[in-house]
Amino acid sequence: MNEFIHKDLLGMGDLSVGDITLILDTAESLKEISTRDIKKVPTLRGKSVVNYFFEPSTRTRTSFDIAAKRLSADTFSLTASGSSSVKGETLIDTAKNLQAMNPDIIVLRHPSTGAPHLLAKEISAGVINAGDGINEHPTQALLDMLTIRERKGRIEGLEIAIIGDISHSRVARSNIIGLTRMGAKVTVSGPPTMIPAYIELFGVKVVLNPAEAVKNKDVVMMLRIQLERQSNVLFPSLREYASFFGLTKEILKGAKKDVVVMHPGPINRGVEITSEVADGPRSVILDQVTNGVAVRMAVLYLLLGGYKE
Amino acid sequence: MTTLIKNAEVVDPERGTVKKSDLIIEKGNIAKILPRGDFDFKGPGLKTIDASGKLIVPGLVDMHVHLREPGHEYKETIVTGAMAGVAGGFTALACMPNTLPPNDCRSVTEFILERAKKAGLCRIYPVAAITIGQKGETLTEFGDLKKAGAKAVSDDGFPVINSEVMRRCLEYARYHGLTVISHSEDTALSKGGVMHEGDVSTRIGLAGIPAASEEIMVYREISLAGLTGCPVHIAHVSTAGAVELIRRAKEGNIPVTAETAPHYFSLDHRAVIGYDPNTKINPPLRTEKDIQEIKRGLAEGVIDAIATDHAPHSLLEKHIEFDKASFGIIGLETALALTLNLVREGVLKLPEAIKKLSYNPAHILGIEGGRLFEGARADLAIIDPDYEYVLEEKDINSKSRNTPFIGKPLKGRNDLTMIGGKIVWQRKR
Repeated sequence: MNEFIHKDLLGMGDLSVGDITLILDTAESLKEISTRDIKKVPTLRGKSVVNYFFEPSTRTRTSFDIAAKRLSADTFSLTASGSSSVKGETLIDTAKNLQAMNPDIIVLRHPSTGAPHLLAKEISAGVINAGDGINEHPTQALLDMLTIRERKGRIEGLEIAIIGDISHSRVARSNIIGLTRMGAKVTVSGPPTMIPAYIELFGVKVVLNPAEAVKNKDVVMMLRIQLERQSNVLFPSLREYASFFGLTKEILKGAKKDVVVMHPGPINRGVEITSEVADGPRSVILDQVTNGVAVRMAVLYLLLGGYKE
Repeated sequence: MTTLIKNAEVVDPERGTVKKSDLIIEKGNIAKILPRGDFDFKGPGLKTIDASGKLIVPGLVDMHVHLREPGHEYKETIVTGAMAGVAGGFTALACMPNTLPPNDCRSVTEFILERAKKAGLCRIYPVAAITIGQKGETLTEFGDLKKAGAKAVSDDGFPVINSEVMRRCLEYARYHGLTVISHSEDTALSKGGVMHEGDVSTRIGLAGIPAASEEIMVYREISLAGLTGCPVHIAHVSTAGAVELIRRAKEGNIPVTAETAPHYFSLDHRAVIGYDPNTKINPPLRTEKDIQEIKRGLAEGVIDAIATDHAPHSLLEKHIEFDKASFGIIGLETALALTLNLVREGVLKLPEAIKKLSYNPAHILGIEGGRLFEGARADLAIIDPDYEYVLEEKDINSKSRNTPFIGKPLKGRNDLTMIGGKIVWQRKR
């Protein structure tokens, strides 16, 4: 049960309940390293991790970078604008060139769904999906699950609402797959234009009205409204979105008393979530960021051959 | 010279028969169709082809291919496309106008026909663009294009969005005797989509193309055909809803014909799982239910023809990220085997299946072909319907290799192709 035999981490669908539990347990035990005076262990000394980000990212890229460094791996960062992709080199060619320099792990964020899967087929280094198109963002789901487990002691049986642009959210997709696999009861909510076809087949409930959706929930997870998508006629205005689908203190009153409010960041204050809620006592948004480092340490450690003791 | 093809079974799609007969070919034509063994030849120069266990079918006619020349010769040329055609049992191909430059004027049509003549393989029938530059605005010179040799018009790949332009196209094309082929797609609705919108697209995180984007335009074409009384042909039907619209139109005597492609009755959207760009096609692979309805549409004659939409692309367009990859797969060398599956499944009788691959598309285009009778041009194929094999890259004659059927077991293949009495292709060994 405590063996982790994967070359890559591409999506939550590839992980069994045992895998997820092992990652979360490992993350929990590695979390302490980040609180030490000297925040570094030699575990991955001599290993190379390439962070290859085709999309802007602060949180995820920094988080992977810190995670790798705390385990003593060497890290290298590439962005689309600084790489040969601006010279017209294809993803596969760039990756093969990187492979020729023998990295152990490539962490890829890419606007195309399936790009990490393509890379994983082409190269022998491990590939971690740090967000592909509208598809998946597995380490985000894992850090969310770690945060939930810390607060609630379990995942199984919890009532969880995910609210926002479900169609175009890789955070939502990864969380839906992971949380339902772990036995949580997931409700998705948002404007009907942002709820994808056949989402019920994932084993989730659809409740469009967010006030209804948060009722009696243990966890409310808000998704970022991507301002750049406004031209896609998914909703009329940010103002209208905020007043009909934003999370306010009033709406949150319908949830369980000990509800936790999550958000993958970066937040649009006053759009999908009011400042009052984001900064309020139920918010665990910054814990998520802290746990992000721990989860990524765990994923790097396990992919690079570590087993739990 | 006289050629005797003996011991075969002759499939006659026009009469719906399969008969044990011998064929005598003389001067490029079918001179005689005789009961087996009735041929008594005296004199020199007889060439005999023993086709025991094989079928003779009329040369197949593909009314929807992309030969990429001029402009994209690295993907396919008229020579390599024609080679893929004859290898697949085709003796006639209608090539779509989305070349570079597009086939929107006489000189491009003439160029294609010159190249085809030089290749000396398949008969090539150019399909000209409906509008100049395929921009959907100004009609091309249908009369001039017809004179140059075009048989049909289509804005394949760049559908005519303006309904007024499409209406006038139908009216004007009928006057010149050109078939109008509609690539039916509401491009505003399909924009950004890379696969069928359904449970699989939701599951694997790819943007969807709803069935409605096809059906809206199919209905528009039917409505315009009803308005004008002018015929329209619907290309690559992929949805159950489109089949139903065409069925109702035919019941109402609206002059509409339709084709589907082998992949639309062979693969569903689950094939996209794994993100292989060789499963990225427009219209996209749909659902199991759509496949069932396409089969029913074929069986009931709602869908008249099977055309491949042969769309060669190189690794540059296909060995990349799924959403950046080009749409389309090659199909000339797998169409026969996939269509014969329908016969084995009991969807179509053998002569009907061959009819949808020969007589019907020829009829829709108004060209010769798809018939086997004494005096007909000897365009035919000798096929082995039961030959089982796994498709390998090296077997492919097309310049491109973009097909999801590589590595898949297929049953049935072409062994020999004859055009005008001349053997243009014969399988080695």
